[in-house]
This record gives sequence, C-alpha cells and structure tokens, in this order.
Amino acid sequence: MRFLNRSAGRLSRHRRSRVAGLLVMLLGLLFMGGLYQVVLSPSNADTQTKSDEELIKEGRELFLVGCAFCHGQNGEGIKSADGQYGPSLVGVGGAAVNFQVSTGRMPMQNPGQQAPAKEPVYSEDEIDALSAYVASLGPGPEVPTAAEYDIDKYGLSADERRDAVVRGGQLFLTNCTACHNFDGSGGAMPWGKYAPSLRSTSEKNLYQAMLTGPQQMPVFSDEVMLPQDKASIIAYLESIKEEPSHGGFGLGGLGPVSEGMFAWLFGIGGLVGFAYWIAAHTTRSTKTKSSEGTQA
Amino acid sequence: MSTAPVANTNGKQATSAGKPSKGTRVVGWADERLGLATAAKKNLRKVFPDHWSFMLGEIALWSFVVLLLTGVFLTLWFRPSMAEVEYMGTYEQLRGLHMSEAFVSTMNISFDVRGGLLMRQMHHWAAMLFIASMLVHMMRVFLTGAFRKPREVNWVIGGVLILLGILEGFSGYSLPDDLLSGTGMRIAQGLVQATPVLGTYMSFFMFGGEFPGDAVISRLYMVHILLLPALILALIAAHMLLLVYHKHTQWPGPGRTEENVVGYPMLPVYMAKAGGFFFIVFGFSAFMGGLMTINPVWKYGPYDPTKVTAGSQPDWYMGIAEGTLRIMPGIESHFLGVTLSWNILIPGMIAPIALLATVLAWPFLEAWVTGDKREHHLLQRPRNAPTRTAFLVAMMSLYGLLWIGGGNDVLAVLFHLNLNHITWFLRAAIFIIPPLVFIFVKRWCISLQRHDNEMLLHGYETGIIMRSAEGGYSERHLPVSDDRAYTITARDRDEIYDPATDVDANGVAAPGGRATALREKLSQAMFADNVQKPTAEELEEGHHHAEHEHELEAGLDHAADGHQFDGRHPVEGEELRKH
Ligand code: HEC
Ligand code: HEC
Ligand code: HEM
Repeated sequence: MRFLNRSAGRLSRHRRSRVAGLLVMLLGLLFMGGLYQVVLSPSNADTQTKSDEELIKEGRELFLVGCAFCHGQNGEGIKSADGQYGPSLVGVGGAAVNFQVSTGRMPMQNPGQQAPAKEPVYSEDEIDALSAYVASLGPGPEVPTAAEYDIDKYGLSADERRDAVVRGGQLFLTNCTACHNFDGSGGAMPWGKYAPSLRSTSEKNLYQAMLTGPQQMPVFSDEVMLPQDKASIIAYLESIKEEPSHGGFGLGGLGPVSEGMFAWLFGIGGLVGFAYWIAAHTTRSTKTKSSEGTQA
Repeated sequence: MSTAPVANTNGKQATSAGKPSKGTRVVGWADERLGLATAAKKNLRKVFPDHWSFMLGEIALWSFVVLLLTGVFLTLWFRPSMAEVEYMGTYEQLRGLHMSEAFVSTMNISFDVRGGLLMRQMHHWAAMLFIASMLVHMMRVFLTGAFRKPREVNWVIGGVLILLGILEGFSGYSLPDDLLSGTGMRIAQGLVQATPVLGTYMSFFMFGGEFPGDAVISRLYMVHILLLPALILALIAAHMLLLVYHKHTQWPGPGRTEENVVGYPMLPVYMAKAGGFFFIVFGFSAFMGGLMTINPVWKYGPYDPTKVTAGSQPDWYMGIAEGTLRIMPGIESHFLGVTLSWNILIPGMIAPIALLATVLAWPFLEAWVTGDKREHHLLQRPRNAPTRTAFLVAMMSLYGLLWIGGGNDVLAVLFHLNLNHITWFLRAAIFIIPPLVFIFVKRWCISLQRHDNEMLLHGYETGIIMRSAEGGYSERHLPVSDDRAYTITARDRDEIYDPATDVDANGVAAPGGRATALREKLSQAMFADNVQKPTAEELEEGHHHAEHEHELEAGLDHAADGHQFDGRHPVEGEELRKH
C-alpha cells in the first residue's frame, strides 16, 4: 500500500515537472511573439510591403501548380474545346479566392454543375498567398476582417445589438430565405443547382459569400447592403444556432414536407400498428383460428 | 362472455339488487323518466366485429377529440385580429417588430403561455393525423366494398367529412398569419381569382378588399372554430348513428352471414378497447407535440408579401394540389376578353372537383353497373374485386406522384436531383404510371383468385415432396379445412351485364341506348376477367379426386417432419414424431 502510494506520488511529481517545463516554454514563446508584434512589426512598414510581395510570389507559384490549368497562367480564364472552363479571375478580389478555397470549392475536382464545398486543400497561409496573388491581378473585394463580419466589433450598446439581430433576421428573410430556406437548411435551384445549407458556414465565409455572390447567388456589395447589415444577418444566423430547439426535434428544418412525412410514417404508422395490436388481443384466452376473421 | 351483470331482467325495469341504495334510487328515478337504461341496454349490447382495419376510423374520431380539447385551449389566448402591434414577447429575434395581433398572440401562446407550445404542436399534429386517418379509413372501406348498399349515404358523409377536414386544416394553418400561412393564402387567392369572370369579385369579397386586407383572419377564425367544427361534429354524429343503425360489416367466415354480426358486445369489451385506443391516440399526439417541432412560426416570422422562403409547402393534405400546381405547364387561353388560366384552373378547381365527384359517386356508379340491389353486410376481400382494387392502387400511385411534385424542391436537395428533370418526369409519369399500376394490380388480384380456386380444388401445398416409383417428384397437397373453404367461397359470382336479358318485372326489355351500351362495356371491363369460385360440382369432383389421391397416400394427413420417406424408418404406422 505504502509502496504504491509512494510510486504514485513520484509519478505525479514527474508529470508536474514536465507540465511546468512546457508552461515556461509557452510563456516564453508568447512573450517573444508579443514582443515581436508590439515592438517590431507595426513600426517597420518596409517588411510589410516586402512580405506582401513575397506573398504574391508565393501565391503565384501555388496558383501555377493548382489553378492555372483551369484559370490560365495569369488567371485570365480558359475555355477549352471539351467545355472544361475556369472563368477569368481578374477583379474577383481576394475575398472570392478566400471563400472558394477555404470552403474547399476550389480547386474544383470534377467539372460539373456546381463545385461542392469539401475539406479545404490549402492551409490558411497558402490561402492568404493565393488571395494576395489574385487580388494583385485587378481590384476587387478584399478579404474581410472581424471588424466587418463580427457585429460585436461595431461598438453597439446591448439594445442596439438586439435590434441589429432582429433587423438581421428580417434582412435574412427578405434576401436569403428564398434560396437558402428559413432555417438556413438550403434549397433547390433550377437545373440541379442548389443553395447550400448555412448551418456550418463560418462567419467570415458568410460575409464573403454575400460580398462575392458565388455562382447563382446575387452579389450583396457594400453599396447594396451595408457592412453592418451583413454583420447583422450573420449575427441573426448565429443567434438561431444558439437558440434551444423550442419545439423539440427539428425534423431537419425543412418545413411541412418533413412534417408530413413524420405524420405518416411515425403517426399513422404507429397508430395502425397499435390498432393491429389491440385487435389481435381479444379477451378470450383461447383463440381458435376460425374465430378470427379472414384476412384480405 | 358472461352477461349477468348487464341483463338479469327482461328489459322492462331496471335491475334491482335487493334493497335499493340511495344511488340506485336516483338512477331509478332518472330511468323511469328518460328510459335510459332500456335504450342503453339495447345499444351497449350492440356487437362489434373485431379486425384491426375496423379501428382506422377510430383514429380519426379520437384525433378529432384531441383537436377539440387542444383547440379550446388555444382559443383562450389566440386573437384573430390583423391590427398591427409591436411584438414585445420573450423571443429575442423578433422583439420590437410590428406584426399582426394574430401572429403576436401565436408567439405568446408559443413562448409565454404555460404549455402553450405543447398545445399548439399537439393541435397541429392531431390535425395531420385526423385527415391522414380519415384517408386510410376511407381506403379500407373502399377496398372491402363496405360502401355498398345500404351504406352509400354513410360513404358520402365520409367523403364530405374528409373535404371539411381539409378545409378546416387549411383555415387553421392560415390563422397564425406567419410567412407560410400568408404564402398559402396568396395561393388560395390566386385560385379564387382564376375563376372565370367572377374571380376578382370573389377575391375582393373574401378579403374585404385588396389582398391581404385586414378582415380575412377574423373571418377564417369564425370558419375554423365555429362553422366547420359544428358541421364536422354534426356529420360525425350522423356517421356514427348510421353505423349503429346499419351495424358494422364483417369479414365472411363460418357462422357469419348477411343477417348476423359476430363479435364482441359494445360493453365492456369493445368499450374498453375503444376507450383504450383514445388514450393511445392522445398519447401519440402528446408525444409528437412534445418532442417534434411542427410549424415553428417564430422562424418563419410574420407574413409579409415581400418575403418568401424555400421549403414553402402546405400541410401534407394539400400536397397533391401543390404538386399539380407545380408540374402544370403554363397554359392560358383568351376568350371574349376573358383570360382562362388553365395552369391554375385545372389544378385548383377542375381536378379537385373531379376527384371529389368520383369519390362521392363511386357507390352509385358501381351499383348502376352491377345492377345489384341487395344489401351487403359481408365484406369483400380486395382480390375479389380486382378492378376496384386496381383502381384504388392506381389512384394511390397518382397521389404519390403528385406528392413528389409538391415536395420537388426538398427532394431535389435531399437526393441531389435536378428540379427540372423531376418536373418533366412527373408530367409524363402521372399519365403512364397509374395505368401500368392498374394493369399490374388487376392481374395480381386475378392470380390470387386463381390461387384460391386451386387451393379449393386441389388442396394446399404441404411442402412434402413425393417420389413415385418411376422416380418422378411431385408435391403433396392436402384439402383445406372446411372453415377455410367456407370463408374463401363466401362470395358472390360476378355477373356481367347483358342488355338482352335485362327485362324488368313487367317483362319490358331495357331501353337500348348509349347508357345501356356504356353499362355493358363497363361491366365487361370490371368483371369479365375475374376468376369465379368453383361450382359445387367442380368442388365435388375436386374432393373426389383428392380422396382418390388420399387413398394412395393414406396415413399422411399431417405436415411432414421430413423423414417419412427417406428410408430411415418404415412408412407403415408413421406418425409425426415427438421430439
Ligand atoms: C478543374 C478546374 C478548376 C480548378 C483546378 C480550379 N478552378 Fe476555380 N473555378 C473553376 C470553375 C469552372 C469556376 C466557375 C464555377 C464556380 O464558381 O463554381 C471557378 C471559379 C473560381 C472562382 C470564383 C470566380 C468568381 O467569379 O467569383 C475563384 C475565386 C476560383 N475559381 C479560384 C480558384 C483557385 C484559387 C484555384 C486553385 C486553388 C482554382 N480556382 C482551381 C474551375 C477550376
Ligand atoms: C438566388 C439565390 C440565392 C440568394 C438570394 C442567396 N444565395 Fe447564398 N448561395 C446561393 C447559391 C446557389 C450558393 C452556392 C454557390 C456555390 O456553390 O458556388 C450560395 C452559397 C452561399 C454561401 C456559402 C455556403 C457554404 O458554406 O458553402 C453562403 C454563406 C451564402 N450563400 C449566404 C447567403 C446569404 C447570407 C444570403 C442573403 C443575403 C444569400 N446567400 C442569398 C444562392 C443564393
Ligand atoms: C377538424 C379539426 C381541426 C383541424 C384539422 C384543425 C387544424 C388547425 C391547424 C393546422 C392550425 C394551425 C396550428 C399552428 O400550427 O399554429 C390550427 C390553429 C388553430 N385552431 Fe384548429 N383545427 C381543428 C379544430 C379546432 C377546434 C375545434 C378549435 C376550437 C374550438 C380550434 C382552434 C384553433 C385555434 C384557436 C388556432 C390558432 C392558434 C394558433 O395558431 O396558435 N381548432 N387548427
């Protein structure tokens, strides 16, 4: 017993020392990083531009490898004989690239009706590089920052914030639900296209989608819809995600079609099953075959 | 079943058990004046036959009771007004918005009235179950021929009930004044407006001016909680009274004839079963209302003609109307300055009226073709009315296709289909698939009839394989039991109408003419292919034949254990081995 205790104590002492070491290291790193941020980076504008150039160069290399055979060597677009086609990217802006690549839509794998969202292929740094490169081809919407897509960064009072969410809900119902459904569950478009579900889309990509209007989706540029309104829509969508499901299981948020399906499969199916059960249990304990009715 | 507790007198006076207690005296006093015991004794001893399909109508009855109970609860808080007010309730995402009082009160029922959301959801689920169970009940009645004389009127009442149920559901769906109900009202208004010449006036009358106006909710409210429920209640009462008066139909079987009803007495057995079933239906509604979201109006928001959402569908019972509307090509014609919008008239008026007319007229149509004026209290097995059964199943396939049309966008997303392809497919399929289904089901029924005959004449298949001395194999058949044979043969022979032999009591031949020719044709189509049950002589001969075979296979009138003839033990004295 005592031996066990002692060895246990030793073990935990070991672990403690290792955790402590890690902590020290982390703190050190944080300190150094902070120091770099605070002292070096803002004051030195030169390195900034230089790293932009580097970023563009790096982006161009990535582009030549991963994107050029569809979008052309200089992003000018390609239309080949067999119909495989990548549109020109001149002027689509960094936001379009960030949206397309971070949702995994690009690089497109099978040319088809609509590039589906999938696991992104590029890391965040690589996406930044690609965006920087395409942005350098021509002016277009830039990758938004939290100051634009996060309603909490607009310095609103609690009341104003609440009103913004309400307004966002109304804007959502006016501008988006026709395609994306009242619950953001997605909907069909003609010719096999579809407006995808918005339930797991990040705030940044919600904003970028509005800003760039991928495919059939209209562009909600800053002239059409103020940045704060876009942020309000995002805040509304986040708020209904956080709401508890008031009515119980949501049946997929698809509206009356799934409700009808449950009414028939579960409701009528279950009740007919019970009817069968009740009719099969007669009061007589001995039941002869002939005393039952015929079955059809 | 002991009858002692109910009837130990001759029915002229109430049962007495020695010295009457105070309670008995009160009851006795009432009985002497109202004659309740006598009436009750007669009715409580009414007999109901037992079959699961006879309980489908009860689902409808009980879900209507649930609707009444939950509906009354809702009326306590619902305000049928389109006056604009500001929402100040609990639900954050809509607070401060201006909306109709109807929507505000629905929100309050959902979020601020204790148990309100449960009641709303129970009410809505029960409405879905109410109409669905009426439909299933109706299919049962149709398939078994229970609508035949003398029950035609009850069939018509049922048909009207389902129509009223659908209208009641639609009016209720429109009350909360949310985005979906407003969209639905807009479509209804479109249908009304499509009426040639009168449409616009009718629309103005309904809405008290331009759509949506400010009158329609309070009008619908009156319709929803007063007019239609009263009509439905009255018709349900008539339906039940006729049921008791006609007595329930039953499946044919030994001891069951057109003159009697075999089953359990109303009290206590049937009462217990039926009463128990109420709790099951109530339980289902409560379970679904408590756990499954239905009509989350807070997500739809108040109705606003500028808004619309994907997934805007009506409740399922309007699904076929929605489907027809969605797949209908846009055809219009102009006639003397009047526009006829066939794209709305056909799905919105012509198709539903034709459907309703067919449903209501069917019993009379069938009686006219068969010329059968007898009463029927024994049910038909669906296979013994192949044309009717096939017609229903074909209609079900059409219904299903139109349902698909109504939910085409949801299906397109769920199954990655092309919306336009679905529409094209359906435009063709509604004309191709139901006739194919009809032919297939009719042939199926007829081969089932043939199978019945085979069984009667040659016995059923025992699964025992016999090997003859020559080395040939055959399966042994044994005759079906008398009970079974009776049950199978308890049906009428179909008679094909022949105008030549149609003479009335006075010997006057039927007037030849179009109607007669049509009747002959329909009769041919409905009955000519059916297989009739074997005649007595055929049966006799069949038995003879079987007996002869039996002699050859004597001693084997039971199912085999598989070792009779494999040489492991002697055939002589073989019995089913007891292991
Ligand atoms: C297989 C061919 C293919 C490849 C590889 C490909 N794309 Fe695309 N890309 C397309 C097509 C086709 C479209 C237009 C259809 C669409 O938006 O879904 C498109 C659209 C885009 C758009 C949106 C343009 C607009 O108008 O908003 C961007 C941005 C984009 N691609 C970036 C990229 C980047 C960055 C890469 C490399 C990582 C890439 N693409 C790789 C075919 C391709
Ligand atoms: C005309 C129909 C239409 C409207 C209106 C519309 N969208 Fe879209 N939306 C689309 C389509 C189509 C796509 C898919 C584009 C693609 O896959 O390239 C899409 C994609 C998106 C995505 C990307 C989702 C993901 O995670 O992949 C977001 C976010 C989005 N929309 C948000 C919005 C918002 C917010 C609004 C309202 C301001 C809106 N949309 C209005 C059609 C629409
Ligand atoms: C024949 C049976 C009935 C059917 C099919 C039916 C159907 C419906 C439906 C589908 C709704 C919409 C519910 C929602 O999701 O909000 C509704 C609402 C309502 N019903 Fe009924 N109903 C029936 C009977 C009744 C009765 C008998 C009453 C009252 C006596 C009633 C009172 C109400 C009220 C007040 C509402 C509005 C409340 C709300 O929407 O929250 N209903 N009904």
